[in-house]
Amino acid sequence: MSTTKEVLVDPIFNNNPIALQVLGICSALAVTINMSTTLVMCAAVIFVTTMSNVAVSVVRNRIPTSIRIIVQMTIIASLVIVVDQVLQAVAYDISKSLSVFVGLIITNCIVMGRAEAFAMQNGPYLSALDGLGNALGYSVILIGVALIREPLGAGTLLGFEILPKVTEGGWYVPNGMLLLSPSAFFIIGLFIWAIRAWKTEQVEEAEYEIAPNLQYKEAM
Amino acid sequence: MAEFNKDSLGNVLFIAIAVCLVCSIVVSTAAVVLRPMQKENQELDQKQNILRAAGLLPMGATVDADGRTVDELFAEFEVRAVDLDTGEYVDIDVAEYDPVKAAKIPSESRDLSKNEDIATIGRRENVSLVYLRKEDGKLDKVVIPVRGYGLWGTLLGYLALDGDVETISGLGFYFHKETPGLGGEVDNPNWKALWPGVALYDDSGEPAVRLVKVRSPEGSSASRYEVDALSGATLTTRGVENLVRFWTGDLGFGPYLNNLRTTG
Repeated sequence: MSTTKEVLVDPIFNNNPIALQVLGICSALAVTINMSTTLVMCAAVIFVTTMSNVAVSVVRNRIPTSIRIIVQMTIIASLVIVVDQVLQAVAYDISKSLSVFVGLIITNCIVMGRAEAFAMQNGPYLSALDGLGNALGYSVILIGVALIREPLGAGTLLGFEILPKVTEGGWYVPNGMLLLSPSAFFIIGLFIWAIRAWKTEQVEEAEYEIAPNLQYKEAM
Repeated sequence: MAEFNKDSLGNVLFIAIAVCLVCSIVVSTAAVVLRPMQKENQELDQKQNILRAAGLLPMGATVDADGRTVDELFAEFEVRAVDLDTGEYVDIDVAEYDPVKAAKIPSESRDLSKNEDIATIGRRENVSLVYLRKEDGKLDKVVIPVRGYGLWGTLLGYLALDGDVETISGLGFYFHKETPGLGGEVDNPNWKALWPGVALYDDSGEPAVRLVKVRSPEGSSASRYEVDALSGATLTTRGVENLVRFWTGDLGFGPYLNNLRTTG
């Protein structure tokens, strides 16, 4: 039985939803162009994952097996709509730049995955911690990616100038590639490499080994 | 107590209905409670876009150089509805009217033939809005809503004209899906700064704005209509050229702008 601390802290580095399970990549590519949208996205995912885990956990003993996925989905979708509505009301500019990606939290595998894998078996308190932990794991990676993409791609961080751009009289030539989605793939790939070099137990075993070619005559 | 069977038909129906009810109440409460704030935000955003296109509000700021707020600046504008075919004003509730929505309603818009539809918008509304700013009784700015297809989707924005109704005073897009770094440079302040002063019509009164790779020599008659194209974004550039021409042409605000020029 896992302790409460493990449930909260494990998903941040040891069992990170993005770096180890490689879930929730879509939004990680889309919203990390600048830090402010990233932070809002992280807050939204933290809220949705925690609350959906609690809600699913509370009714877990009553949810019929045959419709459990759709029940989880309905709960998650409702929470996401609420978040979207709140953002449109209080942070209109950011909600505009996040556009469809708030709505797409519904399809974020992390939220659904935690509801199905953890909240269906555990009590509300542990489920809340698990949701929070996984969302924090997601946030750590997203913030890391944004921390690289915004300064190198646009020369700013949270809108403040970090590297003065050539076009505005400075010396830094922005790397436009970092503003495009593929760059997030490269950065996440490097993160996964770094984490697995640090925590070698995360390295997966090769699925097969190439056998040495002993029958050399066949090649002739 | 008999053991509770969560997979019984009764429980399946009960849970399905209960979850739907609770969730719909939560969602609709959020939508209804937050609606006024969202509407306020949208209106403020629209005002900001108009002011930015007209060059009265710096990018990213919510007050101008003199510290006047968006609402104060926008109060100087008069909003009128215009029949695009005749170019005459019409009397409708401008606060509730949305030209982009009207373009989707068959009775309030017209279908454009392939030749007419250079901006690739499909349908054009019959009535649109204009924003007029007067200074000392003289027309100072006219802002018209424009839209057209770029590379990935429709660009929506505002085109501002000077008081002579022949010179561009600014262009700004508030919605587009162009590629960041290439077509997305339509948002670049340096590029937008090229627009003020560009002449709209040639001597025969036809829309003549061109986005070019190489500018004609300074001072030549052709250079008056020219703006630098965006490098690496040919289709976006073409889209912008077409939408400016469409909305200032006969099918767009042409007749209205003509009236405005002659009557002052």
